[in-house]
Amino acid sequence: MNYQWDFQTVWENFDVLWIGLIGTLKIFSVTVVLGLFGGLIVGMGRYARPIWIRGPASIFVEFFRNTPVLVQIIWFYFALPILVPINVSPFLAAVLGISLNTAAFSAEIYRGGIQSIEPGQWEAAKAIGMNYAQTMRRIILPQAIKRMLPPLTNRGIEAFKMSTLASVVAYVETLNQAKLIASLNFNPIETYSVVAFAFFVILYPLVQATYVLERMFGKSD
Amino acid sequence: MSAEAVVEVRGLVKRFGDLEVLKGIDLKVREGETVVLLGVSGSGKSTLLRCINFMETPTEGRVFESGKLVGTEKNGRMVYRERELCALRTRIGMVFQHFNLFPHMTALQNVMEGQTTVLRESREAAEKNAIEQLRRVGLEDKAFEYPARLSGGQKQRVAIARALSMNPRVMLFDEVTSALDPELVGEVLKAIRQLADEGMTMIIVTHELGFAYHVADRVLFLDGGEIIEQGPPAEILVKPETRRAKEFLEGHSLFKLPD
Amino acid sequence: MHQWDFSPVFSNLDFLLLGLYHTFLVTALALSFGIPIGLALALCRLSRFRLVSGVATFIIEFFRTTPPLVQLFWFFFALPILIDVRMTPFVASVATFSIQSSAFFAEIFRGGINSIERGQWEAAKAIGMSYRQSLRRIILPQAVKRMIPAFLERSIELLKTTTLISTVSYADLMFQANELAQKTFRPLEVYTVVALMYFFLIFGFSYASIHVERFLAKSGESTMR
Repeated sequence: MNYQWDFQTVWENFDVLWIGLIGTLKIFSVTVVLGLFGGLIVGMGRYARPIWIRGPASIFVEFFRNTPVLVQIIWFYFALPILVPINVSPFLAAVLGISLNTAAFSAEIYRGGIQSIEPGQWEAAKAIGMNYAQTMRRIILPQAIKRMLPPLTNRGIEAFKMSTLASVVAYVETLNQAKLIASLNFNPIETYSVVAFAFFVILYPLVQATYVLERMFGKSD
Repeated sequence: MSAEAVVEVRGLVKRFGDLEVLKGIDLKVREGETVVLLGVSGSGKSTLLRCINFMETPTEGRVFESGKLVGTEKNGRMVYRERELCALRTRIGMVFQHFNLFPHMTALQNVMEGQTTVLRESREAAEKNAIEQLRRVGLEDKAFEYPARLSGGQKQRVAIARALSMNPRVMLFDEVTSALDPELVGEVLKAIRQLADEGMTMIIVTHELGFAYHVADRVLFLDGGEIIEQGPPAEILVKPETRRAKEFLEGHSLFKLPD
Repeated sequence: MHQWDFSPVFSNLDFLLLGLYHTFLVTALALSFGIPIGLALALCRLSRFRLVSGVATFIIEFFRTTPPLVQLFWFFFALPILIDVRMTPFVASVATFSIQSSAFFAEIFRGGINSIERGQWEAAKAIGMSYRQSLRRIILPQAVKRMIPAFLERSIELLKTTTLISTVSYADLMFQANELAQKTFRPLEVYTVVALMYFFLIFGFSYASIHVERFLAKSGESTMR
């Protein structure tokens, strides 16, 4: 238990970690945008009346919610190129896996948010002569968005955490770079500790933000 | 010598932050006495009740139970150990405004729970006593019902049986009819009145002035954390001396003075 | 066009099933450690003592916020240097996911305990119960029932996350799939079958848990409140 901690070698390789962090941020921003927008479209699809829209949307949601992201990433990386003649880069495989997972989960958040509004609100809007689009825009969404915001922020945090999975297919992100540093300098304990704390420091303010959002909107409801 | 004081409070002060809810209360309750606390909401009557069985810890002052000081004094401050307070609460029963029955237990189990878990009595003895207590409040036929299937009045009577099952020396009633529909109030008051007739020592916070008139040996009127008036109900309720007590009684227009 | 050929997969099905067994093993062990540790963490976080609740809060928030893969690497590569243990992929996997899931379980416990009305604590106190007696006899029996849906959800989440242990060469289903894909040169078939295995497994559990929730919601009317 008298291990001599030495963070020197970690700081010396800070530029290596920095490249990784850029990679993490890049994959995070792409997956979060694709995931949340994709989820909106799928979520609306699950709300649609025709079965040929509703059916596939439901299957999409159930499939990607109920399979591990790592399995998806590996499948996209190793299996997809055999089916279609495209070159699947580590980045593309990871983006596909994480985005589709985020889309499936956020689709349920959108749907749940809209369904959580009491039927009385729809009836009241109808009663003053509003049509579907007006009701949605003026009455339902303003209330539903408040309820959706905390879980959506949560989804963003999850997407950030999932970005580490890209290291499995050797995409250059933070954890991948940490592996590199640790194996070259024989300092896994310092490197992985620094990386763990880096993630905590980046993400914890966001976690706190979701708590604040929940409390804020919980009250005004 | 008058009868022994079952509960005695001296110089009781309770503060929540800056707010002083009780400003030095002195109160002695004799064996077999029924004391009713009256006052507007916020006057401190519930807090006084809750300080007696230490649901709230008094900020200053002393509480005696059967002549014994509760807690120990250290450097001029009172120190209370959880074990002592738990034992104290087995001798002081309390019934709440919102019943607080344990929803995952039947009426019978509710009444047995304190006996088996706290007093470590055998299941057989606890069950026998529990049925007896349920009979006392007229609910032996509801023994195997869960609280969700009981009416408010029945729930409150089970709660009374639960408190009685510990064989307490004194019972505290904290606005026990305030959450009930008007038609259910009577059955609960009847049960309490019966206890008074059996000679149970009781301290009751209530808004039912008619009930207070009939059941109380002594009425205390609290205002702003102080006892401003006390005496037999026939005096306090009929010709109150203080302006605050008069206003309070006039506010309860439903209360008709008996001839 | 690719010629599908599943025969290499099915002739090696026992190889995959061994991986599946290991996946279940780690999940089950992580659950059996994670739930009690989670309860302990929750009670510490609810403690009156600032230091105790502060430390518990930090542990909970840290393990909830950092990526599980980073935690796994830390336990596998870093911990053996700090304390003298022989770290196997199995031990690292079980340790990581016990603690990681305990942080989530702790919040479920805390939420469940906090959801019980204050009157229940008071009623228990009023018949002379100590903190521990109240918790064991009155609060937890009610709280646990409300927590079951969240427990199930978290357990399913754990089952999914255990795929990460393949990265430290523990022979779970994911790892066995990688091996088989390399051995047979049939990654498309192998990964497709494994993806479907995971899907039907997890979907089955999710589906079952929805039914448990419905059942609880219904029976809740008669015993709750």
